[in-house]
Amino acid sequence: MCIKNSNMSETFVPSDYFPVVIFFIFALLIGFGTLLLGVVLRPKRPYTQKLYPYESGNPPVGEPRYKFSVKFYIIAMLFVVFDVEAVFLYPWAVAYNKLGIFGFAEMMLFVFILLIGYIYVWKKGAFDWE
Amino acid sequence: MTGVEMLIIVIKTVIVVSVFMLHVMYAQYFERKVIAHMQARLGPMRVGWHGILQPIADSLKLFLKEDIIPSSADRPIFYVAPIIGVIAALSSLAVIPLWEGLGVANLNIGILYILALSSVGSYCVILGGWASNSKYSFLGGLRSSAQVISYEIAMGLSLVGVMMMAGSANLSDIVKAQSGHWFIWYQPLACFVFVMSAIAETNRAPFDLTEAETELVAGFATEYSGMRWALFFMAEYAGMFIMTALGTICFLGGWNGPDFWIFAYVPKIVWLVLKIYGCIFIYFWIRATLPRYRYDQLMSIGWKIFIPLSLANIVVTGLVKIIWK
Repeated sequence: MCIKNSNMSETFVPSDYFPVVIFFIFALLIGFGTLLLGVVLRPKRPYTQKLYPYESGNPPVGEPRYKFSVKFYIIAMLFVVFDVEAVFLYPWAVAYNKLGIFGFAEMMLFVFILLIGYIYVWKKGAFDWE
Repeated sequence: MTGVEMLIIVIKTVIVVSVFMLHVMYAQYFERKVIAHMQARLGPMRVGWHGILQPIADSLKLFLKEDIIPSSADRPIFYVAPIIGVIAALSSLAVIPLWEGLGVANLNIGILYILALSSVGSYCVILGGWASNSKYSFLGGLRSSAQVISYEIAMGLSLVGVMMMAGSANLSDIVKAQSGHWFIWYQPLACFVFVMSAIAETNRAPFDLTEAETELVAGFATEYSGMRWALFFMAEYAGMFIMTALGTICFLGGWNGPDFWIFAYVPKIVWLVLKIYGCIFIYFWIRATLPRYRYDQLMSIGWKIFIPLSLANIVVTGLVKIIWK
């Protein structure tokens, strides 16, 4: 069964996802295909100096994966918090016209609580890159 | 689902993907020409009439290039990283509605699907940067992934307003809701945030910190060469098309054209493609005009300005919709 009408789009139909799977397979084929196609055509003449990681032509010095700023961890953590919150807003936004004033008040409360956390994080200096 | 329907979907997919790949190839020619003319140059002129065959020559060259894998690289991840990028960029195309009823897939969570895949796309950058085992790649990958996830939030929040207006996350329904007025008039703030986030999300100028040549050589792609590098490149341009298509659908009315009798005979897909190319031209225009941001500026703009702006937009949209009733 294949349902394409948009008035049915609010229900979950597994066969809707079939094109997505096909697309995924095609993308995979293009990715691997372009790489494999050239294997026979392209030259392969490696030597030690060519295989060095790029460092302006000099032999590489030290460990490439050295210590990096802890800020990146903080950003990743904040991302998880805020992205979950954004995803939480999606079903609310879709159903907004049906929810009325109660739905609005509920979400304002949610955004307000989020805002407190946001201001706290800002005041703690998580967004400053010094 | 019958076999014939499956076959139709496969054929549709082949057509859409191959036409799309051609566009991705020529977008790069378009970019070189646009930027060249903005800088009073001619751009590629040698291969074919006004260099029209340049993208084909480039791809042939990249096919024949040696595939260098640094000795210290983490091989499996190094192999897989560009392919992840291509898969993420191409699969998003499945839900883009080209015309009324002429999308390959018609998902009720279209927006969510595209945002999810654009998050997956950031894996290709961080894995590529990590697996190269080179200082420039490592820094480029880190920077880029932090940038992409930061702007992902602002982008996701800016689209909430659109979904509230349309009452749906299905991209076809969003376009249908705009048959009267485009959402850019109702959601100018969201549109602004979306455009900026889309530029940052696809790592384009003025937010192309990952490829800041003066600091990081070529960022996460420093160690990549030949076809593998081309896949990264392809993913970037495909991502640009996806983002402009999403922006066109959410803010510029999708396939809706001007309501004038003579235009009624034009196939509606023409409007969609024209709008997408208009937006892509703006991408190139911005690249030719604006200098690059500094990294700390980039991060603080994302977290301190765009996220509060998009949250405020949601609150205002909700309030106005309540009062309007």
